[in-house]
Amino acid sequence: MTTPPLIVRNANQLHVRRLPAWAPPVLTVLAAVAGYVLVKAADIGGLALSVVIAVLLFLVGVYTAATLIEGRRRAKNRVATTLIWSAFVLALLPLVSVAWTLVSKGWAKFNPYFWQHSMNAIGPRDDAGGAYHAIVGTLEQAGIATIITVPLGVAGAIYIVEYGRGFLANAIRFFVDVMTGIPSIVAGLFILAFWVYFVTKYFNARGEPEKSGFAAALALTILMLPTVVRSSEEMLRLVPTALREGSYALGVAKWKTIMRIVLPTAAPGIVTGVMLAVARACGETAPVLLVAGGNNAINTNPFEGQQSSLSYFVFEQAQVSTKFAPPRAWAAALTLVVLVLILTIAAKLLARRNKLAR
Amino acid sequence: MAKRIEANGVTSYYGSFKAIDGVTMTIEPKSVTALIGPSGCGKSTFLRSINRMHEVLPGARIEGQLLIDGQNIYDRDIDVTAVRRLVGMVFQRPNPFPTMSIYENVIAGLRLNGLKKKSVLNDAAEKALRSANLWEEVKDRLGRPGAGLSGGQQQRLCIARAIAVEPQVVLMDEPCSALDPISTLAIEDLITELKNQYTIVIVTHNMQQAARVSDRTGFFSIDKTGDPGRLIEYDDTAKIFTSPSVKRTEDYITGRFG
Repeated sequence: MTTPPLIVRNANQLHVRRLPAWAPPVLTVLAAVAGYVLVKAADIGGLALSVVIAVLLFLVGVYTAATLIEGRRRAKNRVATTLIWSAFVLALLPLVSVAWTLVSKGWAKFNPYFWQHSMNAIGPRDDAGGAYHAIVGTLEQAGIATIITVPLGVAGAIYIVEYGRGFLANAIRFFVDVMTGIPSIVAGLFILAFWVYFVTKYFNARGEPEKSGFAAALALTILMLPTVVRSSEEMLRLVPTALREGSYALGVAKWKTIMRIVLPTAAPGIVTGVMLAVARACGETAPVLLVAGGNNAINTNPFEGQQSSLSYFVFEQAQVSTKFAPPRAWAAALTLVVLVLILTIAAKLLARRNKLAR
Repeated sequence: MAKRIEANGVTSYYGSFKAIDGVTMTIEPKSVTALIGPSGCGKSTFLRSINRMHEVLPGARIEGQLLIDGQNIYDRDIDVTAVRRLVGMVFQRPNPFPTMSIYENVIAGLRLNGLKKKSVLNDAAEKALRSANLWEEVKDRLGRPGAGLSGGQQQRLCIARAIAVEPQVVLMDEPCSALDPISTLAIEDLITELKNQYTIVIVTHNMQQAARVSDRTGFFSIDKTGDPGRLIEYDDTAKIFTSPSVKRTEDYITGRFG
């Protein structure tokens, strides 16, 4: 019996025939061997093709075996399960591949020397040099952008969720949505036209337009702001109304309720949203290229003089045609990923420092 | 001093929907008043209008007068936070603040309203927890999360939080509907004790509960879905439950309707 009767009357009708437990692993091995042998014998491809053929063979085999023994429904279930697992592995492959490539190629120069030296006076034939200037640039630009974005973004989200009514709130939400899709090069161009060419000449002694890390930070702010507003908005909406009412019922004013009850409750989610925005900002190259200009020397002042950043450094080194440049690009890319990882972990821990960890 | 509440033709709206129509009743100080009636008849809406919690919802507004010791709380010069400090509230589902410990939950009202002195806060916390019959159960774990308590304990924590700011009136919106019979009993005992100090108004679906704890009972009802709720009958609890003067009250209480 492969399927139980529609109406079950006796306990002995509870039993159905099942594929033995050893069948799927044995089928897997058989399919793998068959796939490999087939591809080798016909000489039509390499390992990848034999894996694909093995998966197809396994699907056919498991479907046939299961249909014969367990019935159609369970056979379909096994096929679907196999397909879902294959899709999962397929989706994971590029991710693992990227991580592996990054680590294997970036490892050579991933060391304190690299982090402590700049590219100042490094010629095309020098193996030395490092990314210190770029790390400084990334930290300062992303840091300033975060300092500007977080209060503005969270305040905007608070307005939309707690105060905004009707047309204005809807209009703001709409434009925030539109801003989410702004390409980074457009944000960079806007800051170049508005800040660098129009504003900065009134603020320095020479009266000339000046690129700076701060300009890059402004461009990153434009990119981060919509992400922070939208994610904070979602998080604030998740805070139950019952908590707000509980606070109002104690005679607590609305702003204090928001500051002391609503925001702390939503904090972990808001931090996650901010970190996603920071990670995106750290990886942006176009604005830095346009408005910070790049710099081989260390410039710790974001308000004066050109600055580099890690992503810009990767872009720059990847273009240089010496054998010393690509390892620098890989190491800088790895440094950037590790930096973002550290920042994310730190932020998560900070958000959970609350003794009432959930 | 516990306060007398007089509702004078209170009519409330959610947007264009009229939720209750012309409720007029007087609630005596240091008594327990129960509001009963079928779902959607406006008893919670009326309760929420007593501490101006109604207007928290977008589009909600009130007409008529609601006097507490002769002061209309809907006058222009009334500070809404002051109203809510005078009239506390306990909600249907326990809502302890999840980011706060038991101790912080109890003193939340005092601390968020600017009281900083440690010794005063400690005393207030102990006093409130004792009045809510929760002190013995939590005194050794005041630093633990408030959300980690059982449902009944959480509700008593919320009552402690409400009475820690020393209101004169306590509103309870079906405070036991999410609780088991033992926790319900604990809270009913608590209500009877609190009556000595506070004016208590309680909304309940449980008529035995209304009969057990209240001195006076108000019966709300609606004619049909979409109509505003009205106060049908308001009298001593004993009279409402033994010889109500309106037929609909009797039908509701005996289970023939609603």
